[in-house]
Amino acid sequence: MTQPNETGHSGESATGELKKTPLFEAHRAAGAKMVPFAGYLMPLQYKGIIAEHQATRDSAGLFDVSHMGQIDVTGEGAADWLERLTPADIKGLAEGGARYSVLTNAAGGIVDDLIITRLADRFRLVVNGARRAAVAAHFAANPAPGVEARFLDRALIALQGPAAEAVLAAHVAADLSGMDFMSAVETEAFGAPALVARSGYTGEDGFEISLPEAAAMGAYETLLADPRVAPVGLGARDTLRLESGLSLYGQDLTEEISPVEAGLLFVIARRRRAEGGFIGAECVLAEIADGPARRRVGLAVEGRVPVRAGATITHAGTRIGTVTSGGVGPTVGAPIAMGLVASEFADPGTALEADVRGRAIALKVAKLPFVPARTKRKG
Amino acid sequence: MKRYTEEHEWLELDGDVATVGISIHAQDALGDITFVELPEVGRTVKKGESLAVVESVKAASDVYAPLDGEVVEVNGALEDNPQLVNEAAEGEGWFIKIRLADAGAAAAFMDSEAYATFVANES
Repeated sequence: MTQPNETGHSGESATGELKKTPLFEAHRAAGAKMVPFAGYLMPLQYKGIIAEHQATRDSAGLFDVSHMGQIDVTGEGAADWLERLTPADIKGLAEGGARYSVLTNAAGGIVDDLIITRLADRFRLVVNGARRAAVAAHFAANPAPGVEARFLDRALIALQGPAAEAVLAAHVAADLSGMDFMSAVETEAFGAPALVARSGYTGEDGFEISLPEAAAMGAYETLLADPRVAPVGLGARDTLRLESGLSLYGQDLTEEISPVEAGLLFVIARRRRAEGGFIGAECVLAEIADGPARRRVGLAVEGRVPVRAGATITHAGTRIGTVTSGGVGPTVGAPIAMGLVASEFADPGTALEADVRGRAIALKVAKLPFVPARTKRKG
Repeated sequence: MKRYTEEHEWLELDGDVATVGISIHAQDALGDITFVELPEVGRTVKKGESLAVVESVKAASDVYAPLDGEVVEVNGALEDNPQLVNEAAEGEGWFIKIRLADAGAAAAFMDSEAYATFVANES
């Protein structure tokens, strides 16, 4: 039997020593299977991917996402600079508001996807762990006088699931009940200065808590001691985000895929469509006007054979696309996938096929997400 | 008695027919198994050739023929219940029965003690 590729996805292989997050020993103590991911040794799973996935959907899952890059952007021209780097409406972003966005390149491709939060005196960015170096290089190549972007040594913990608010509320000074999805507050949490955001990448309600490294272990162990909370690894993080139709950088998003193709039109703010002014705007805006040649779609797989990233998608024997993410959706109870297909085959219900080990597996283009989001919106 | 390969498969002889599966250690490494693709009965296989595919939540893995032979039976129960491999990898979760071309060759594989040492040294 071949050993499965345990580096998971999008993890650029580490050259040199693998780093450990401040929570490494807690993962080991919880019986985690550790794997290299984004240059770190990260937990792939504890009890099992399906059980951890269900725990997040049913109650609350605890994730160590300290491998992700946390960046503070300061300086007078910070908002202008971020509007140069992304198609987001940063100037219209209120204090405590957060936006999912992308860093675009000159060809309209995606350097990384990220969250930008406006704080009282600065912006906080969270980028993919595997893209730290690429993002740093992109920033260095596009400097702005007086603007500083500084990578932080902080831990990041995500608590995701319907019980997240009830579990977390006891440990945070700020009132969480009034917070909407994609908002953040600087407060005290677990006795330390924290940035608590109502956000996540599982489709569930939940929070991401940025803490000083020294406070991370105490916070993690406190949360884990709550009977409503289960530790969750990278494996279930992937099944949760796939069911929720969320893109993974390195698979569904790359330097060669534009936000229009990737189905991320919502990240291009209305004002920015009119004004442009972000890197690659000419390409992106032309693509919005003319329609992209290919689009990211959801793919429902018939039968039980999982269709994985890299599989060729065909229609009537002709290659029309590629699977970018695929696996089994534990909540869906069937194999599911996402892929990039030629736009004429992107309508929901379109019958396609994927090649898996020489066999044609029937697919249907499906609406995303596979599992409806349960994030908390303004009521 | 069961013999184990370096590819984390086991085989057990009954005459010249070997029952083949993956080890308890292998199923643990794979995690939740969601699908097993088995060959046609009657297929002739060569040692080292891919015989079956195990799909876990995280990845697809090949299962190789431990020796030359002919597939005489496959475990149909895995079609509806692939979790059997997680629950009883070295029992009810068997994959395939192969009539070996040379049953004597099976003696070259590790016994359970040697396999346990092999696994311990691997990690």
